[in-house]
Amino acid sequence: MGNFQERFYLNFIKDDRWMYMWDGLRITLEVTLFATLLGIVIGFIVAIIRSTHDRTGKMKIMNALCQVYLTVIRGTPAVVQLLIMYFVIFGSVKGVSKVLVAVLAFGINSGAYVAEICRAGIMSIDIGQMEAGRSIGFSYAQTMWYIILPQAFKNVLPALGNEFIVLLKETSISGYIALQDLTKGGDIIRSRTYDAFMPLIGVALVYLVLVLGFTKLVSMLERRLNQSER
Amino acid sequence: MNDNILIRAENVRKSFSGKEVLKGIDLEIRRGEVVVIIGPSGSGKSTFLRCLNLLEVPTGGHIYFNDVDITDKSVNIDLHRQKMGMVFQHFNLFPHMDILRNMTIGPEKLLKKSKEEAEKQALELLKRVGLADRSHAYPSQLSGGQKQRIAIVRALCMQPEVMLFDEPTSALDPEMVGEVLQVMRDLAREHMTMVVVTHEMGFAREVADRVVFLDEGILMEQNSPEEFFANPKNERLKGFLGKVL
Repeated sequence: MGNFQERFYLNFIKDDRWMYMWDGLRITLEVTLFATLLGIVIGFIVAIIRSTHDRTGKMKIMNALCQVYLTVIRGTPAVVQLLIMYFVIFGSVKGVSKVLVAVLAFGINSGAYVAEICRAGIMSIDIGQMEAGRSIGFSYAQTMWYIILPQAFKNVLPALGNEFIVLLKETSISGYIALQDLTKGGDIIRSRTYDAFMPLIGVALVYLVLVLGFTKLVSMLERRLNQSER
Repeated sequence: MNDNILIRAENVRKSFSGKEVLKGIDLEIRRGEVVVIIGPSGSGKSTFLRCLNLLEVPTGGHIYFNDVDITDKSVNIDLHRQKMGMVFQHFNLFPHMDILRNMTIGPEKLLKKSKEEAEKQALELLKRVGLADRSHAYPSQLSGGQKQRIAIVRALCMQPEVMLFDEPTSALDPEMVGEVLQVMRDLAREHMTMVVVTHEMGFAREVADRVVFLDEGILMEQNSPEEFFANPKNERLKGFLGKVL
């Protein structure tokens, strides 16, 4: 199989094969970023509804809908959800953007996990904080916004960062709908060069570097947020 | 209607999952009056106090504040709560804000005061309770007594018409009780209307205009502190005073 340099050249340099990974990386990051944003929006709304229901008993119907959403999403594999999104829900739509499909599928999937993370964060804040806010004259929504959520966010930041990492890696199943993400890019190289080691280890390293970088970022943010308190 | 009456509780009842904690309480609080509510634990005194600003929604009866029935569902309770300051047993300061922000967020967001105006007022109040130098500290950096004094002035920032105290010294180390009671004493001297749930009999005797005894969800006796402590009439009150004095 030749020496390392030759294999490196064959897999990455020759015919500009690194472009498969580069383009794939861009797709992976794009999908991850927008899916995260969508997941946070969905998760945030679901968490507010669920915790409002838990604490006040209001919003019964909305809460029931959220329960169904959480059960279905968390009870089925992400790959299946992605396939359903592409072949069933968008099955009859010709020329639909695969990136859009992936963003929707992963965003809706992630939203369920973010929702439970955020709900736990909201519920972890002492009930006295809500009472203090209300006693000053703030409405429920104002107290949530000014008092509860900033504290809850700080508490859930590590878990949210973790969820982002999980999502980043989860997007590697995008190849199931023939979306050329980072993993698929590496796999294409493998099919061209008949060398599995180089492209797949290369792909793994890129994911690893991304995750390490992001972990660092989150811990920096955490430290900044904690400065104010201790 | 006597327009000197600030709060009128009328046949207030409260049940928690079928268990009746308040069994129809009537109480009037006049402007400038200091009313101290005492009673054994589980008597419903804290629940009653929390009913006054609707932190607990009564299951029956009415609360009138400035002659407005605030138990009426169509009333915007948030507006009335702005005028009723509350101090909690566990302080409930906002840990993610410094002391100054704890005090200014209400006036700024609700009373639409400018930042400068709100901070000026907050600093004046801090000076009064001897904590002006801690304005940029965070709650976790303060002692219990300091936290409770901050909680009191935070409520005062909203310029309330009445202050409700829910066992304000019960969570404090003994050596810190005095500094908090001193602030409350000063408030009373300035004729702030106060309703205080407490176990501090000395404070009741010295500061209260009227002492109320609650037991098993019933208002058993109320009187001036002199009469209340010297000639208790109710048997349960006699027993209670015998234990705590």
